[in-house]
Amino acid sequence: MGTDYLGGQFTAACLSVGTSSFADFLARGAPDLLPGARAGKAPAAGPDGLSGAAVQAPGSGQLGPDLPHGTTIIAVEFDSGVIMVGDRRSTAGSMIAQRDIEKVFRSDDFSCVGISGVAGIGLELVRLFQLELEHYEKLEGRTLSLDGKANRLASFVRGNIGGAMQGLVVVPLFAGFDEEAGKGRIFSYDVAGGRYEERKFHAIGSGSVFARGSLKKLYTEGMPTDDAITVCMQALYDAADDDSATGGPDLTRNIYPVVAVITADGFRRLTDEEAATYSQAVVEERLSSPGGPIAPLRQSQQNG
Amino acid sequence: MPFYVSPEQQMKDKADYARKGIARGRNSVVLQYDEGILFVAPNPSSALHKVSEIYDRIAFAAVGRYNEYENLRVAGVRFADTRGYQYAREDVTARGLANWYAQILGSIFTESNKPYEVEIVVAELGETAAGDQMYRITFDGSVADEHGFVAMGGQADQVAGVLKERYEPGLSMEAALGAAIAALSSQGNGERSQINGSQLEVAVLMRGRAHRAFRRITGARLEELLTVATAGTGKDRAAEPADGSPADNGSAGGGAEGEPPPGDGTAP
Repeated sequence: MGTDYLGGQFTAACLSVGTSSFADFLARGAPDLLPGARAGKAPAAGPDGLSGAAVQAPGSGQLGPDLPHGTTIIAVEFDSGVIMVGDRRSTAGSMIAQRDIEKVFRSDDFSCVGISGVAGIGLELVRLFQLELEHYEKLEGRTLSLDGKANRLASFVRGNIGGAMQGLVVVPLFAGFDEEAGKGRIFSYDVAGGRYEERKFHAIGSGSVFARGSLKKLYTEGMPTDDAITVCMQALYDAADDDSATGGPDLTRNIYPVVAVITADGFRRLTDEEAATYSQAVVEERLSSPGGPIAPLRQSQQNG
Repeated sequence: MPFYVSPEQQMKDKADYARKGIARGRNSVVLQYDEGILFVAPNPSSALHKVSEIYDRIAFAAVGRYNEYENLRVAGVRFADTRGYQYAREDVTARGLANWYAQILGSIFTESNKPYEVEIVVAELGETAAGDQMYRITFDGSVADEHGFVAMGGQADQVAGVLKERYEPGLSMEAALGAAIAALSSQGNGERSQINGSQLEVAVLMRGRAHRAFRRITGARLEELLTVATAGTGKDRAAEPADGSPADNGSAGGGAEGEPPPGDGTAP
């Protein structure tokens, strides 16, 4: 960028009457800081001709596969809130790009967001989203409602639709504790910014199919925290078992999934030691039974 | 009206105008205590704040016209958030913000007909008390780097005089609050106005809080602090300390910790 925002135009925008949205403010005061501002520029007009051309190249347009991608994220409602778990792998094509990437983030005291898809775009999206919530809170003196936060995220995802069309797809999973309703809630998104509230549990990313299958068999309503975390770890193990892009617990390097627990007390990320305990218990079990826990064949009270 | 007005006279008129406007409101104080920085402002409204969070470790306090300092506060949050987004969170500093405010207030003072009738303090919490920074910026854009305590408002000198007597480094939160209340209620020839929790806006930048250090102190917690603080004040005032000893330190540390913040504080 090179520009230090102390110039007159920026200062005028700061002092002008506006909304409490940070993204809206950036669009007026410092538009080139907005994500997508460069990718959206025509190749000839962009100061950075190289990346402009690369992104815009027709035909070869699918830049996506060569970039690091984040994979599986799981969210589960439990008796006192919601849990989100993300594996630690990012892949670029068939290569492992990073073994200890973090894809689940605190977005404010009562919500978190996980990303799957092109990591670079996703991380920027999260950064802007976190700031958006904090900015609103500072200006208004109150936090947005959980629905308000979910809607705001939807508009950010929609903002990347141009990138998504060129293969730079990123999709978040949003979960939080609704202080009004007194329970955890989960929201999923599509690339067009569609926002869908999920019931009980949801998973996104390349391993989500396997994770959801696993969750369907293991999930029971109103589980305590301990069980809910274990269910997530089992589902993530199943995802990693069948999807090459999802990383399982890495016992040799001591890398374990990121686990975020959100209750009425706020956001808490499990320490590495705590996550290790849950992961190791699952791995231990799988040594004798590689397929994991077996769901009862005939038991009608199981929900799905 | 083709009268010539000398630049000196023009500036003086503007300054007088701004001073008068500021003097109509109440005074506020900002002072360091053992675990951070304390902001105390008499404010009957619990919604229209005089003290606010700007960034992780930076807060803003103001006196004067509400719409004007509110405008500056919003601008400051926008400035800080943009800075932090463009660079990194630790690159947002009170010094940068204070300089920016000084530029704004300075140019408004010289270029526009009506100067802002405000006085603001930008404070940043350091890792230790020695790293704390407090900048006082006045309506004409002058900046002062303050240490220990700052008083703002029409009777700032008088308030600062009382604070100077009572302040010493490393006060407990209660003692600091006691000193602040004594200073704020001393205005008007020794007459003490009764101050209760509903008329006070109290906030702190608290060391040891991860991520965001700003916290408002309200409700039962404030009443509890005030009971201890004003008890100390009363005793001290009765004794009328000539040596400038601080408010009762017997309460130091007792219950100064708030409930832990939610979240594990993993900064984004």
